[in-house]
Amino acid sequence: MHEILIAGFGGQGILFAGKFLAYEALLEDKQVSWLPSYGPEMRGGTANCSITISDEPIGSPIVSKPTVLVAMNGPSLDKYESEVKPGGYIFVDSSLISRKVTRTDVNVFYIPATQLASDNEMGGLANMIILGKVIKEANVIPFENVPRAMGKVVSAKKQALLDKNIKAVEIGYTYAE
Amino acid sequence: MAEKVLMKGNEALAEAAIMAGCRHYLGYPITPQTEVAAYMAKRMPQIDGVFLQAESEIAAINMVIGVASTGKRVMTSSSSPGIALKSEGLSYLAGCNLPALVVNVQRGGPGLGGIQPSQSDYFQATKSAGHGDFRMLVLAPASVQEMVDMTITGFELADKYRMTSMILADGTMGQMMEPVVLDTKEIKTFDKPWAANGTDGKRPHNIINSLCLEAKELEEWNIERYKMYSEIEENEVRYEEYMMEDAEICIVAFGVAARVSRNAIQAARAKGIKVGMIRPITLWPFPKKPLLAAADKVKAFVSVELSMGQMIEDVELAIRCKKPVLLANRVGGIIPSPEEVLAKIEEADKMGGNN
Repeated sequence: MHEILIAGFGGQGILFAGKFLAYEALLEDKQVSWLPSYGPEMRGGTANCSITISDEPIGSPIVSKPTVLVAMNGPSLDKYESEVKPGGYIFVDSSLISRKVTRTDVNVFYIPATQLASDNEMGGLANMIILGKVIKEANVIPFENVPRAMGKVVSAKKQALLDKNIKAVEIGYTYAE
Repeated sequence: MAEKVLMKGNEALAEAAIMAGCRHYLGYPITPQTEVAAYMAKRMPQIDGVFLQAESEIAAINMVIGVASTGKRVMTSSSSPGIALKSEGLSYLAGCNLPALVVNVQRGGPGLGGIQPSQSDYFQATKSAGHGDFRMLVLAPASVQEMVDMTITGFELADKYRMTSMILADGTMGQMMEPVVLDTKEIKTFDKPWAANGTDGKRPHNIINSLCLEAKELEEWNIERYKMYSEIEENEVRYEEYMMEDAEICIVAFGVAARVSRNAIQAARAKGIKVGMIRPITLWPFPKKPLLAAADKVKAFVSVELSMGQMIEDVELAIRCKKPVLLANRVGGIIPSPEEVLAKIEEADKMGGNN
């Protein structure tokens, strides 16, 4: 069972990244739940999103002890680092978070997702870049299924966006520290 | 099998209403149920339906009374403070014996409170939706699939008994996405010879009215309605038992609290504590009989709620105070964690033998 927590600022595409993972899990015929923590502000507030993927029916949809934490800003890492299950994974957007993870019982990956996004003229797609790394390292979903799931969450009318999102996942997937 | 799609609870509920034949939605936006209104605003014009954002919650519920009078399936939705504003209209719907579906995606209160999930409108929904003696059928979904199924059931029961069905969800059920199958069942419809929908000059007028100045007659109306309510208490109770076969402790929880409780039950079972759950699906009529039967088997109950302890009163009444009932709760928009529920289960487990 994967209990994934993606956390950052509103506007970083936190909820969308979670939705993409949830859709892929659905296509794999897994049990899945997606729950946003919702704030009244559209941008700038904190946003996080719980995704549970399981073979068994899911009880609580709230992820309080994640197996995978994706931290896209400093406050999120500060808040959730201690909650990650031992042996779990922490993914850090190192262009926005300068400090290192202090835990030694978890697998940690640093990726400058926001920097990579702007280098590749993909402003706003740091979320998908960091997900690429998650897919590579945490075995959450098979990489070859990415286009299929993306087709479900990006409307066919926005073909350019679809390709761009898939490319962003690839950049993260192939990124070597 | 029909295709599974990933949908938010609020959107799935709105689509289910359309499947159930609802072509009139009257509402007013409020977090965390706004997606219901947003979805209806998009869908209703595509199917020749009516979406109307009223000037207030009070206006919306009075428009519901109007549509219901014509015999059409109609719904409104809101969240806690908005439902409070509708209370006069809910009473009028009851007084007029009109069917309608009202959805409350609850948020923390009292007052404007917050926008995070809550179950603190339990009393309001089950006991005091408005003035006068009346009941609403109250359905409490615990998954996005149940948001769909109960919306359809809610419309059917409303028509069958000519009364209001309420979906009492919480912010979590509205906001979460889960895989859901939409076309799950046949939709039942009911003849409505009472509807004020034109006589064609062939029959006397139907009059929809809640005013009755003759005391004896008004008493009769109330007694008749309560005869129907006892029939409903006999026939329409819905609940789910989970791991109750050998349980020594019984959790009672609905909605998201029941989801969290499942995790706590699994953790407690791993520690050798025999605990199960009775999950009320209808909050009114409340599953009194299964709870009373459980009282002879278990040593204690734990009521898990996102309120300061509202349903716990119904649990104590249902079991006639035969066994202790503990409360595991968080409020203000916070959901109790499985660990917190587990701690309460362990406390209950220490409470003496089965006597």
